[in-house]
Amino acid sequence: MAKRIDVSGLTAYYGSHKAIEDISMTVEPRSVTAFIGPSGCGKSTFLRTLNRMHEVTPGGRVEGKVLLDDEDLYGAGVDPVAVRREVGMVFQRPNPFPTMSIFDNVAAGLRLNGDHRKSELNDIVERSLKGANLWNEVKDRLNKPGSGLSGGQQQRLCIARAIAVEPKVLLMDEPCSALDPISTLAIEDLIGELKERFTIVIVTHNMQQAARVSDRTAFFNLAGVGQPGKLIEIDETERIFSNPSVQATEDYISGRFG
Amino acid sequence: MDITTPDTQEPHPAPRPPAPGRKHTATRPGDRIFLGLSRGAGILLLVIMAAIAAFLAYRASLAITKDHGNFLTTLEWNTGVTPPVFGIAVLAFGTVVSSVIAMVLAVPVAVAIALFLTHYAPRKVSGPIAYVIDLLAAVPSIVYGLWGALVLVPNLNGLFGWLDTYLGWTGVFSWDGGAPRSMLTVGILLAIMILPIITNVSREVFRQVPRMHEEAALALGATRWEVVRMAVLPFGRSGVVSASMLGLGRALGETMAVATVLSPDFLIHGSLLNPGGGTFAQNIASKFSEASEFGRDALIASGLVLFVITLLVNGAARMIIARRKEYSGANA
Repeated sequence: MAKRIDVSGLTAYYGSHKAIEDISMTVEPRSVTAFIGPSGCGKSTFLRTLNRMHEVTPGGRVEGKVLLDDEDLYGAGVDPVAVRREVGMVFQRPNPFPTMSIFDNVAAGLRLNGDHRKSELNDIVERSLKGANLWNEVKDRLNKPGSGLSGGQQQRLCIARAIAVEPKVLLMDEPCSALDPISTLAIEDLIGELKERFTIVIVTHNMQQAARVSDRTAFFNLAGVGQPGKLIEIDETERIFSNPSVQATEDYISGRFG
Repeated sequence: MDITTPDTQEPHPAPRPPAPGRKHTATRPGDRIFLGLSRGAGILLLVIMAAIAAFLAYRASLAITKDHGNFLTTLEWNTGVTPPVFGIAVLAFGTVVSSVIAMVLAVPVAVAIALFLTHYAPRKVSGPIAYVIDLLAAVPSIVYGLWGALVLVPNLNGLFGWLDTYLGWTGVFSWDGGAPRSMLTVGILLAIMILPIITNVSREVFRQVPRMHEEAALALGATRWEVVRMAVLPFGRSGVVSASMLGLGRALGETMAVATVLSPDFLIHGSLLNPGGGTFAQNIASKFSEASEFGRDALIASGLVLFVITLLVNGAARMIIARRKEYSGANA
């Protein structure tokens, strides 16, 4: 089941550099929340703190709280590996495992979680590929390498891989920025379907995309180079794009910076 | 596009870049000189290889045609008697067995060191260790040989006794109590000698694993070891094969270190622990200076076989790499 994300007072560092400061927000289950903002404003960093991928970078650390329903992801004794099995992620560039077949790519996360019987694995792989709108294109070549697919297909394969383990939350870090418009449309349609089952957070540089796919939009900004990124406001997407409450948001959306 | 369309159809023919491969393409002297130099270097390499092969084949044929034994299966090396009887079976066996032992011992350790340096050790630790491994690669083989003879051999009695006690029943690890100057000794020494090259090449390969593949595994909830298993090892597989082949090439041809620790007796021993045996390179080094003209030709013939074995090993490695090409990281 999809879960609610509740962030309070989150600050993230790379070594001594403070990347984002004092972010608080709530993300409702079965909704799409878009993060927008200029490069370097910390939206990707913030996204990566939601499944503890941030701390994989040397020097990466976090202060504050991230609650998934009632469980603190940064609580004492919480295993980051277990967190990532609950909170899936799709990256900017499609990254299927090049040495694995399409089938094995989708099954990769399931195999990590323990041994599944072959028939069960077949069912889940088929369901996940159907869920990612990829099944019809690849059902005849499940044993071919995933790297032989087009960029858009690879990205949907990565989505299938992420949803195969039934995460509670799906994080997407600019999932369409390396794709052509038609593949982008396919992914956006897919996001609309996936939000029935998952809590989705998507980082995007494309404001039309944010307007098309998301229910709520968060705008991040930074005061200057070397300054930490901050959450400026988060609101209904419609409001952010028509009548934001902060001037900086309106300036960014309408293309007037600074 | 129809490339035969005449230019006149273009109302304003713009200056075009010259088509590649056309004769009237302008070239600069610098380009021509560099082309000549690099092409010459490439041709020179082929000429040297051909010259070595021709020399080996010619001198070998002089000896093999006079051999009254079977050159491939005869278990003795008597080139000084009439008629001469000699064969390379013992040498081929010893060379292959000692190299296989070296690979079995060195490859897992080298891969483990490379993984430790690239994925586990903090940078402060991995730098110095990598430097020490580089130093290990620079030690001359005669020094390894001396260390083997003076340190390794006298300290192997315990290991050999243990192997004989618990694994002696297999026959392969039975020991008659002779000096531990056997195929296993050679294999251990060769393993130490080829460890640096395999480690260094594997380390380079593991370092090039794209960050995004590792993050893909991490985001699925993989532990560090699972990241290595899912993303790093599969990506590095062909590189580790090439690294191992480089090491194997060194092990097959190693001369001085083998000659220093082995007690050669030109016999095939079923046990790896009993002293004796021989390898191509060691046999050539031990006999060449005192051999007659004919004896030298016979030794060269054995060298030709080593040359062929090395070529076969390289070919096999290339096939292993090519077979997995579709799945390699190259098309990611």
